[in-house]
Amino acid sequence: MLSTLQPPRSLSHFRTNPTLLLRYTSLKPLSSLSSQPVIHSTITDQPQSPNPLPHSQILSTRHSLLSRHLTATQLADSFLARLRLTEPHLRSFLHVSDSVLAQARELDEKIQRNEELGPLAGVLVAVKDNICTAEMPSTAGSRVLEGYTPPYDATAVRKIKELGGIVVGKTNLDEFGMGSTTEGSAFQVTANPWDVSRVPGGSSGGSAAAVSARQCMVSLGSDTGGSVRQPASFCGVVGLKPTYGRVSRFGLMAYASSLDVIGCFGMSVADAGILLYAISGHDRLDASSSKREVPNLEAEFVSISSLDSKPLKGLRIGLIRETLDDGVDTGVTSAVRNAALHLEELGCFVNEVSLPSFSLGLPAYYILASSESSSNLSRYDGVRYGNQVPADELNSQYKDSRAKGFGSEVKRRILTGTYALSAGYYDANYKRAQQVRTIIRKSFKAALDEHDILISPAAPSAAYKIGEKKNDPLAMYAGDIMTVNVNLAGLPALVLPCGFVEGGSAGLPVGLQMIGAAFDEGKLLKVGHIFEQTLQNCNFVPPLIADEVTS
Amino acid sequence: MASTIFRSLHTNPCLLHPTALLRRKMSFSATPDKVKPQVKVAPNIQNKTLEKASKDYEAVIGIETHVQLNTLTKAFCSCPYNYGSPPNTSVCPVCMGLPGALPVLNMKVIESAIKVGLSLNCKLSFNSKFDRKQYFYPDLPKGYQISQFDVPIATGGYIDVDLPLEYGGGHRKFGITRVHMEEDAGKLLHSEGGSYSQESYERLRFTLSLFWILFVYFMQVDLNRAGVPLLEIVSEPDMRTGIEAAEYAAELQRLVRYLGVSNGNMQEGSLRCDVNISVRPIGHIEFGTKVEIKNLNSFSSVSRAIDYEISRQVLLHSQGEDKEIVQETRLWEEGAQKTITMRKKEGLADYRYFPEPDLPGVFLTQDYVGGIRNTLPELPETKRRRYEKMGLSMQDVLFLANDVNVAEFFDTTITKGADVKLATNWIMGDIAAYMKNEKLTINEIKLSPKELAELIASIKDGTISGKIGKEILFELLAKGGTVKGLIEEKDLIVDPAEIEKMVEKVVSDNPKQLEQYRGGKTKLQGYFAGQVMKLSKGKANPGLLNKILLEKLNAKS
Repeated sequence: MLSTLQPPRSLSHFRTNPTLLLRYTSLKPLSSLSSQPVIHSTITDQPQSPNPLPHSQILSTRHSLLSRHLTATQLADSFLARLRLTEPHLRSFLHVSDSVLAQARELDEKIQRNEELGPLAGVLVAVKDNICTAEMPSTAGSRVLEGYTPPYDATAVRKIKELGGIVVGKTNLDEFGMGSTTEGSAFQVTANPWDVSRVPGGSSGGSAAAVSARQCMVSLGSDTGGSVRQPASFCGVVGLKPTYGRVSRFGLMAYASSLDVIGCFGMSVADAGILLYAISGHDRLDASSSKREVPNLEAEFVSISSLDSKPLKGLRIGLIRETLDDGVDTGVTSAVRNAALHLEELGCFVNEVSLPSFSLGLPAYYILASSESSSNLSRYDGVRYGNQVPADELNSQYKDSRAKGFGSEVKRRILTGTYALSAGYYDANYKRAQQVRTIIRKSFKAALDEHDILISPAAPSAAYKIGEKKNDPLAMYAGDIMTVNVNLAGLPALVLPCGFVEGGSAGLPVGLQMIGAAFDEGKLLKVGHIFEQTLQNCNFVPPLIADEVTS
Repeated sequence: MASTIFRSLHTNPCLLHPTALLRRKMSFSATPDKVKPQVKVAPNIQNKTLEKASKDYEAVIGIETHVQLNTLTKAFCSCPYNYGSPPNTSVCPVCMGLPGALPVLNMKVIESAIKVGLSLNCKLSFNSKFDRKQYFYPDLPKGYQISQFDVPIATGGYIDVDLPLEYGGGHRKFGITRVHMEEDAGKLLHSEGGSYSQESYERLRFTLSLFWILFVYFMQVDLNRAGVPLLEIVSEPDMRTGIEAAEYAAELQRLVRYLGVSNGNMQEGSLRCDVNISVRPIGHIEFGTKVEIKNLNSFSSVSRAIDYEISRQVLLHSQGEDKEIVQETRLWEEGAQKTITMRKKEGLADYRYFPEPDLPGVFLTQDYVGGIRNTLPELPETKRRRYEKMGLSMQDVLFLANDVNVAEFFDTTITKGADVKLATNWIMGDIAAYMKNEKLTINEIKLSPKELAELIASIKDGTISGKIGKEILFELLAKGGTVKGLIEEKDLIVDPAEIEKMVEKVVSDNPKQLEQYRGGKTKLQGYFAGQVMKLSKGKANPGLLNKILLEKLNAKS
């Protein structure tokens, strides 16, 4: 399969032409960087080998800072430069922080004074715009919150800041997380770095595209029905959806409270894992956050050199049969089957497992998520914050504020949910969907009793064209089939790029989804880390960056 | 709506006579109400035909009570709640319903709910949950209220009530349907500073419909109260009169105050009653059309509003116009002493309840509940029955048990060895009068139960006279101190020799009376005692005095 594809261009083009970068930016600090070509080697730090190994940007940042090889300001400068260069094509950010360099300089002063550094010191993090940030607008991609800046940081954001991370900006999304393409944003459409005529997936499309195009090092997204995993798959990055309750939802604008989780994007499994470790743990401000202790996830990242030839010997992998049925692109199916073969080579025992309830997940998900969203979005009434359309009469004020504030997909889901919860319809809709959810949870439990990890595609196809499904909500919903069941069961899942299908100038990445038992993110990260280090002939750096430089 | 009011004016003749109304009002305020100052008697229906008709009908009354819990912080966030704080000074992202904020349950709410549930003899749900009740209103920040729907924390209980003696007395048992936990909403404010609950707001909207636009312009929301924990207590439709309903509410107030879970203050809205009332011909099993009354700010308004509403409905029934009784919410107008239509029910409101996904289920263990059960204080009903067994009259029982602090004061006084009847008399008499005059609660007076017991004992054993006792009492009430100390201060004569001298003087000064005494007129002992006391300027120890006096009078000289 891979032979049909153009080899993806590595960032070496980019690195060897540092001066070209300057042409596209008027950033002052960058000119000072040009005299320090060493910086550019750290932008990606990719080895020159034909199969560049994914590495941890977080760990190398830390290493660079501690060894005084680089300053935080230099790192921030280089990322900001690329951000400005690529942003007109991608439009992944709704807001870019103006204090990144100031924070980096502060960090450099700390380093100068030999002060202790947090584990995320200097790490540039992009945050999905439905996650509250005290110093930046947080709109959830909705007109109803246009210009709204929360008075507090989400717990996940607070933790990142406390550990030294720097928030680069707020990324685009489908309004309130409702969508699979990021076309549902009230403000802009984000493009896929692999092919700017295609969607980055969604709803965390901005966060996925930003990591993919190296506009930041890692990013936060949210995953209610696949909103981290599907865009990760579309953009060729690692997406990690933790167990429900592992990460505090405090400050995440609720879409469907019983399904929502904050997830992580990284260029490597290690980055996604380290970021997850940083934001995990019980939060007294979120009653649904788990009190379970968080194991040290960083311990799972064993270097390839210390591994034997069958590092995953004895691991039982179940390939979910229902995810390879009709309706799934053959390119995707074969990429996933190849990934299964690769896992076998690593010593895993792979067999197919059937989850008969799998197809029930989609309708159950859309009933539950719509029902909860119809309630969660009631607070956007224009009374206390957000956009108010003044009217002479109270009901008109509500009606006009909400009619003008919400986009069509949000309205569709509010209406669906309101209907599903209405007297006389509750039992046939909401209650039944809850029963289906219990069945799904049980069937996953049974499958995971027999297997360590379940695998499937992350989406039935690779990234499709912008506008292709925009007017066909049912087709869009159907694209979530691979991911919604995992949310219904509350399980952790890791999506990492495993291959390509044809499309764009360099092929389009395909994501492999690994599903683990509740709170067993460690196992997913360990397997994912070994998988990505041993995957041959794949380099998941999008052509956009190189294209920008050479065009 | 206007037409209904108009019609009811026509069909209720007593409303057309302002003088009649005035007379009724005067009779309320003139009601002497020593035992239960809150409950006042309802007007007798003056219309003869109505009076006759009312004998053929019975009212069916149920009450929904909202009790605001006095937890230190709100139900789902760490904001404190203090009644009367400046608007929006006790708010946070959670109770303002900001995007991304989540509720976290204050466990004290569960504890209070269990206390109330147990005290109301309810069955507890060991596995309950919270639900969202959804509707739009500017005082409801999230667009839904966190409440409990199909699995309330407590169900199927009852409450014992003793009716005040002036209304005939008697014991009643009223069923409790359910107790559930929920959060309060905020308040709408007018720019002039007045505050509006939803009811009065609706009323304003109704009466000032012309000024509606202006009103919206000036409308403001105070969210201090939003998220304050409430218990909703729903009664069975077991009450038949305004007095029964008012006494039910008063007993709930007593209960929550005994338990210490709420201040139960109706004026501040810490205890709010919504009354459901219907009327049916006696003998009918089917209920009549139910009307809800809101805006009841005191027990007397509960009682009067119900009696008004009964007479309104009975009159309509007796005139064959029972179709005019429609399912609606009516407001009690304190000024006009009548109920008026607030809003008609337009079909059933659909609150689209569903389980609150932000909060875990509420799971109770036997140990936890048992622990709370063990800390329950003696409840009003148990106390009343105990006082009854102590031989107190119902009047005394109801007075003492009415206020938990008075009851505790009484109980402690008894524990210190005071005579039950004497302690009761002191508390209900001079102490109560003093508290009333000085506008003090029993916790604010300087007298301690220990000293009251000491005082009673000193009088009983003759150390001091009743008159001196009273003097000492008032000093204790105002300044505190001890009975012993005050007796010393008063320089009382306790030396038998000194008293003997005075006795001898009095006896020798009154030979005529002595002769009469010795001739058998022993009643004259009082005369001698009085004379001696007078001579001692009231300072002689009455016990010693009498002992010595008797010896002298009876001595054969």
